[in-house]
Amino acid sequence: MEWPVFRQLRSRDSSGRGAAVTSKKTRETTPRTDAADTVVQSICPYCAVGCGQKIYAKDNRVIHIEGDPDSPISRGRLCPKGAASEQLVNSVGRQTKVLYRAPRARDWEALSLDRAIDMIADRLLEARKKHWEDTDQHGKPVRRTMGFASLGGATIDNEENYLIKKLFSAAGAVQIENQARI
Amino acid sequence: MAECHPVGFQWVTEAKQRGARVIHVDPRFTRTSAVADRHIPLRAGSDIVLLGALINYVLTHGLWFKEYVRAYTNAATIISEDYQDPEDLNGLFSGYNPEDGSYDKSSWSYQAAGNKKKVGEPGAESEGDAAEPHEFGAGGPPLSHSNVIRDESLQDPRCVFQLLKRHYERYTPEMVERTCGISADDFAYLAESVTQNSGRERTTAFTYAVGWTQHAQGAQFIRTAAILQLLLGNMGRPGGGIIALRGHATIQGSTDIPTLFNLLPGYLPMPEAGQHDTLDEYLDTIRSKKQKGFWTNADAYTVSLLKAWWGDAAKKDNNFAYDYLPKLTGAHGTYQTVERMLRDELDGYFLIGQNPAVGSANGKMQRMGMSRLKWLVVRDFSLIESATWWKDGPEIESGELRSEDIETEVFFMPAANHTEKAGSFTQTQRLVQWRHQAVTPPDDAQSELHFFHELGKRIRERLADSQDWRDRPLLDLTWDYPTDEHGEPEAEAVLAEINGFHVTGPDKGEPLSTFNDMRSDGSTAGGCWIYTGIYAERVNQAARRKPGQEQDETAAEWAWAWPANRRLLYNRASADPQGRPWSERKKYVWWDAEQQRWTGKDVPDFPVDRAPDARPDPDAGGPEALAGDDPFIMQADGKGWLFAPHGMVDGPMPTHYEPPESPIDNPLYGQQSNPSRIRFPREDNLLAPSALQPGSEIYPHVFTTYRLTEHHTAGGMSRFLPYLAELQPEMFCEVSPEFAEEIGLEAYGWATIISPRSAIEARVFVTERMTSLTIAGRRVHQVGLPYHWGVGSEAVVEGDAANDLLGLSLDPNVHIQGSKAAQCAVRPGRRPRGPDLLRLVEDLRHQAGLTVETGNARLTVPWNASEGQPKGKKS
Ligand code: SF4
Repeated sequence: MEWPVFRQLRSRDSSGRGAAVTSKKTRETTPRTDAADTVVQSICPYCAVGCGQKIYAKDNRVIHIEGDPDSPISRGRLCPKGAASEQLVNSVGRQTKVLYRAPRARDWEALSLDRAIDMIADRLLEARKKHWEDTDQHGKPVRRTMGFASLGGATIDNEENYLIKKLFSAAGAVQIENQARI
Repeated sequence: MAECHPVGFQWVTEAKQRGARVIHVDPRFTRTSAVADRHIPLRAGSDIVLLGALINYVLTHGLWFKEYVRAYTNAATIISEDYQDPEDLNGLFSGYNPEDGSYDKSSWSYQAAGNKKKVGEPGAESEGDAAEPHEFGAGGPPLSHSNVIRDESLQDPRCVFQLLKRHYERYTPEMVERTCGISADDFAYLAESVTQNSGRERTTAFTYAVGWTQHAQGAQFIRTAAILQLLLGNMGRPGGGIIALRGHATIQGSTDIPTLFNLLPGYLPMPEAGQHDTLDEYLDTIRSKKQKGFWTNADAYTVSLLKAWWGDAAKKDNNFAYDYLPKLTGAHGTYQTVERMLRDELDGYFLIGQNPAVGSANGKMQRMGMSRLKWLVVRDFSLIESATWWKDGPEIESGELRSEDIETEVFFMPAANHTEKAGSFTQTQRLVQWRHQAVTPPDDAQSELHFFHELGKRIRERLADSQDWRDRPLLDLTWDYPTDEHGEPEAEAVLAEINGFHVTGPDKGEPLSTFNDMRSDGSTAGGCWIYTGIYAERVNQAARRKPGQEQDETAAEWAWAWPANRRLLYNRASADPQGRPWSERKKYVWWDAEQQRWTGKDVPDFPVDRAPDARPDPDAGGPEALAGDDPFIMQADGKGWLFAPHGMVDGPMPTHYEPPESPIDNPLYGQQSNPSRIRFPREDNLLAPSALQPGSEIYPHVFTTYRLTEHHTAGGMSRFLPYLAELQPEMFCEVSPEFAEEIGLEAYGWATIISPRSAIEARVFVTERMTSLTIAGRRVHQVGLPYHWGVGSEAVVEGDAANDLLGLSLDPNVHIQGSKAAQCAVRPGRRPRGPDLLRLVEDLRHQAGLTVETGNARLTVPWNASEGQPKGKKS
């Protein structure tokens, strides 16, 4: 007897908008998060409110990101950007391979990560040397290079900024900047 | 705030439900205005007139918080007799140098006790070096000592209080109406709301997004608000303050541990050649042992930093390797760097999660600059416009650049995102929050930690046999960090170094607990003194996550705030001079007479056992010299500065100047624009004439730029995401119905917006969200432009970049560009394509008669060289 009215009575769903009318598909649907094998607490990478996030992953793949209700700042909420951040990980537009554009080229070419870092290290040292300054125009020591610069830091971690400033300063670079100037 | 910091805005909503009044002052109507008690539109760039008028209102109506102001600010301090005000000098302060636009600040000094001498700064003063204030670090500039003369009656005409009164006398409601376009009724509502909600029982907070900083005198905008908040007793108290709503996840962290040219970690200045040639010179310039407060220990912070970087090579007999630090010669900010690119003086450039081709002012200069590099490394998630300008940028379309002529090598290095690495972000209220790693990065994607560690290793390998002294700083660098099986350095090990540790003694290797543990003898190391304590007891305090619902409103066990997990700075001011809460309602930190200690809901921001009535010898120097009622413990005299004797390069009190491009004459002074602003008079950075000067009619409208909820700055993390791209698919301009009617703009059609730099097109959004204002008797139309779009072919959605319209003029204090108020022309229809676009821009320049001099005169008042000051005055 699977008549709707019996189902309604049996499940005490008098208005017929609850359990009595769920489909097989609905019954079999479970939250994405159920499938996760890990969940870690994180922070939204967009603005400086710093909303808490919970990141659900399965087989080393992020499957879901939602607001962290424990955060006293955000109490589980995320705005459209924080809520979209799963696409930062899995969007098809993401570029996960190194690309190289040679002088005068009209397009990219592939390059291995290892080779790219080697090439960058060589170029950095060359620029550093070429534009090295021992002293300023008054003969005061400056011990620096004006050959390369960097811009960025507001979207990366404190630890990362620390290493960048440390390494570049030791190399003698002073033109180190980030979004805070903009 | 609801627009750009939506989740933070829930607390404003909560406050409103409990009776708070919310007033939104902004040229455009946003999601904040929609729920505010009142939206007050103003003309972009006129903020100091409005805030100055509030100061004037508070002073003339006697509404200042008397006890607070007398005890906690420098209102009573006497200023040098040589000081002259813009009221005397037609918009300039005393000490102006018309040659380089700088000020000799000696006449702004405190009068010293006992003699006629001024309380000068201990070290040499830089001549016209615009980077100066940051070079004093967070504590502001030093004073040679803190023994100053005060007139507690506040009657002396040379005391700060009287100077302030006089300075803002002409900032009246009428002036506000005329200059800002704000009605007398709106002003009265604002003034009454702010003052009625301040005092013992109530506090008023100002929040601003960093658009406030993006003016040619942005730092002074914020200082005006600071003066007002000090007068109303709203600093260091719960529900008060000036709250900077910063735009990026850790832009606060990237200032604390700075990737900035003029700073070392913890707001220690980068050394400057000629001033800081030795460690002693450096330390003497940033602090005087005789001033009050915690900056006097800058030697311990500096030496600990040097020990963290250079380990055993940093020894007492080599001044802890101080010489290893490169030295500045003036400003090396991002815009100066672009100029160097354009002069072919820069070979290489790293972009790290940053998209200047779209996000920086005068985008063409940025892209043309990059086309002159030898090599460019772009580290990002997607092929942002700064990685692809050489193949599909606007200059390729216009024919100014051809791919086959561009020599620049470009490396695109894929970055790991926030789920793929562990590390900490510092959000806008100084809270450092740790993120755990969820997954490992795909393919070639790497964290910055991994990439830069590896790059450093390879550079050091290449130099391993070098005998060159220039390579010692690289070779002696402490660079061994433990790594995981993928070669990724452990972020927590880096955090431990930032925190600092004992180098010698019984606790060798153990983390420091507070920055008070730091020593100047080399026995401690620590990468950023203000973060010390974040790894106390070998516990990653930033990873603490006691649920908010299990804590009180301070939530002190959620993550960690610098310094010392303090949630509210200068919170000594939340109690009265005797140490009692100002009111039960606003109780926060107070003196417990029984325990002889400060206590309360937060970590007291004060020497914890310094009694309210303690009056140490002001000459003692350092924290010891702080009196029991000196709440501003990082200031050299322990007081909140209504008048800044040092630290601001363009005036001790904020003064209204018009933006470099403005529709009107400065109604207050003969001096039109900030005479100390940093200018870039170049053919590729022409400015529109201001006010009624010839040619100004060609660019008659004001435009301003801003963000939308659904996008993030230059779009690198939003226009490439289908969800967000769909929510806001297209670049648009917001215009008032009146303006649309006047020039024939059709709703949802196209408009072309033309500035002296470039022309862009945008969909037309006709809306009452933008208000046309009557300014100085003229109808002024404002055009609103979101700046998230850029020209390229990789993003889900593309569009013209608003920043291409902007010219460069920088605030002299912080070197941030003015990008919130400029002039433009608007025409119906789409912009021309190809070289025709350049012709359109050129035609208008020609009609307006622009030259590199236009808008770039520093002084607009006649100068009397023999007297060394401006002639005459405007009243
Ligand atoms: S979710 Fe929205 S409000 Fe929260 S941090 Fe992210 S961008 Fe900011």
